[in-house]
Amino acid sequence: MSDRRYRPVLLPLAALLLVTTVLSGCSSTGGRRAEQARSRAATAGGAVDTPRWTVAMVTHAGAGDAFWDTVRKGAEQAAAKDNITFLYSNDAQTQNQVQLIQAAIDQRVDGLLVSLAKGEALTGVLAKAKAAGIPLISINSGQEFSARFGALTHIGQDESTAGRAAGTELGKRGRKSVLCVIHEQGNVGQEQRCGGAKGAFNGTLQTLYVDGVNLPDARAAIAAKLQADPALDTVLTLSAPLAATGLQAVQDARRPVELDTFDLGTQVVTGLQAGTVGFAVDQQPYLQGYQGVDLLWLYRYNLDVLGGGGPVLTGPQILTKEDAAALATYVARGTR
Amino acid sequence: MSSDLLVSRPRGKHRRARPELGAALAAVAVLLFFSVVADSFLRASSIGTVLYAASTIGIMAVPVSLLMIGGEFDLSAGVLVTSAALTSSMVSYQLTAVTWVGVLVSLLVALAVSGFNGWMLGRTRLPSFIVTLGTFLMLTGANLGLTKLISGTVTTKPIGDMQGFGSCRWLFASELTVGGLTVKATVWWWFGLVAVASWVLLRTRYGNWVFAVGGDAAAARAVGVPVGRTKVGLYLGVGFCAWVLGQHLLFSFDTVQSGEGVGNELIYIVAAVIGGCLITGGYGSVVGGALGALIFGMVSKGIVYAQWNPDWFKFFLGAMLLLAALLNSWVKRRAERGR
Repeated sequence: MSDRRYRPVLLPLAALLLVTTVLSGCSSTGGRRAEQARSRAATAGGAVDTPRWTVAMVTHAGAGDAFWDTVRKGAEQAAAKDNITFLYSNDAQTQNQVQLIQAAIDQRVDGLLVSLAKGEALTGVLAKAKAAGIPLISINSGQEFSARFGALTHIGQDESTAGRAAGTELGKRGRKSVLCVIHEQGNVGQEQRCGGAKGAFNGTLQTLYVDGVNLPDARAAIAAKLQADPALDTVLTLSAPLAATGLQAVQDARRPVELDTFDLGTQVVTGLQAGTVGFAVDQQPYLQGYQGVDLLWLYRYNLDVLGGGGPVLTGPQILTKEDAAALATYVARGTR
Repeated sequence: MSSDLLVSRPRGKHRRARPELGAALAAVAVLLFFSVVADSFLRASSIGTVLYAASTIGIMAVPVSLLMIGGEFDLSAGVLVTSAALTSSMVSYQLTAVTWVGVLVSLLVALAVSGFNGWMLGRTRLPSFIVTLGTFLMLTGANLGLTKLISGTVTTKPIGDMQGFGSCRWLFASELTVGGLTVKATVWWWFGLVAVASWVLLRTRYGNWVFAVGGDAAAARAVGVPVGRTKVGLYLGVGFCAWVLGQHLLFSFDTVQSGEGVGNELIYIVAAVIGGCLITGGYGSVVGGALGALIFGMVSKGIVYAQWNPDWFKFFLGAMLLLAALLNSWVKRRAERGR
């Protein structure tokens, strides 16, 4: 083919462009070097001398979810401390999550952490885990199924409770008309958050469905809603990325609208500090992973359980401007 | 058939069968409909929002329309946008370089990926559906894997405090307010790309090649059209536009989520199809694709302005899109019968 003619020219040209652009300028602000300058490598403490156990975590997280990345980080750090081999797998589709749990059982792991977002569908496979004598702890979602499936305990946040906490806080702040933005249509937890907020809030609360994997589109949708309904004075988003998008939309709409959110992220903390974000409802994802692994270790080591069969709640924690400065460091390293 | 296309495409004869005619009528219909049912739809601020929504689809509908006229698909177009944004952000951040460095490296990467699609297609003669499906999966995995490997988390670090961010933001994510109408940078990019691509398609020899290649590749090759190179060019167009949109994502949101973009490739194809581009190739227009994107933008935001029950959001969206496509094909058939 004729493109062979171009090859001797194109390759060096591309290489040259790359080298020149890279050499042409370094940023004197921000960037990795700044982060390295800031960070102190947190040296891990002494490990325990229990045998090397294996714990598997199987979640319903989609690919590239920042929230679940924090959960995983917590679990990994607890595993490192507890001398545990930690296996992580995730799939947003129920049937695949079932297969992943089955794979963990096949590996005869010493403990299992499962998120029960699609509780009913996991009945069969979790019964197998129980039959195989694998201690199980459910995390994040599905506390209503937890006891039924023989889990030692459930570590997470009750979504309705979190929603109510948000609703109460909205009332305290004197908000009148709130837009609750659901970014995954059909996600029960998200409906419960908006529902809980609506229940505990005196003003009006509407829901808006946006496409969470298409942020420009979500931004335009929120802005459109704000333009269409002049009564709205607050936007409530359900995740950190959507909070950032919501902030953009508020700017686009050019109206004095407060943004409040669930979950933390760099931009949420910056927003809290700057006052553009009113409050954030945190469920401490790091704690869900960390406690999950640690409680399995305690069970193996000492037959300890926590919560007396009921759930152990990691949230809701309402965070405002006062907390923002102290949180910034931990958010930046991805553990809050 | 293709020699026929090569000779007879010119203006006069086909004017009545302009591919974008149906889409234009559908766009007017959608506009009128929402003007009636939604009070705030025609406000200047609302128009700015609708145009923004349309432009983020429209920028990609331009090369995707061209590609479909050329008879090919690109399923990797959606995630390539995210790849372009991620590359730009991570190169700048990890090298602590001025953000323009990341922007330029990102352009090279996007062109390399789409060039690979085109080259692979020519080399292997596999259907573009398969080739780009492979690229789609590889990019989806690489976006996630590389981001996690390099940044330690699945989102990139904020680069808003880095040098060059301001000027990059000006180019890719600024906005201009004229009399209450806020026009975002993506809208200008979109209009510019539509104009350039339209000119290339209708006024240059390369444009003729695109029609010929999409109509009948074998016949086109027989009359001396460089089929392989034409298609590589079309794919490079996808890479370029994905880069533009990716930079917008990065510089308007500051950080990038590595899992984004999956599914958007279908929306771009939908826009092109509504705009009158034939799935089988050889027929269509860039303006049509742009109108398709506009219809998509108007419907998706019009539903919000109309304040309909959000439970039914996707249902309304689907029904409106289907209606627009039906109207479009009806007009096309009538126009062709009248020829």
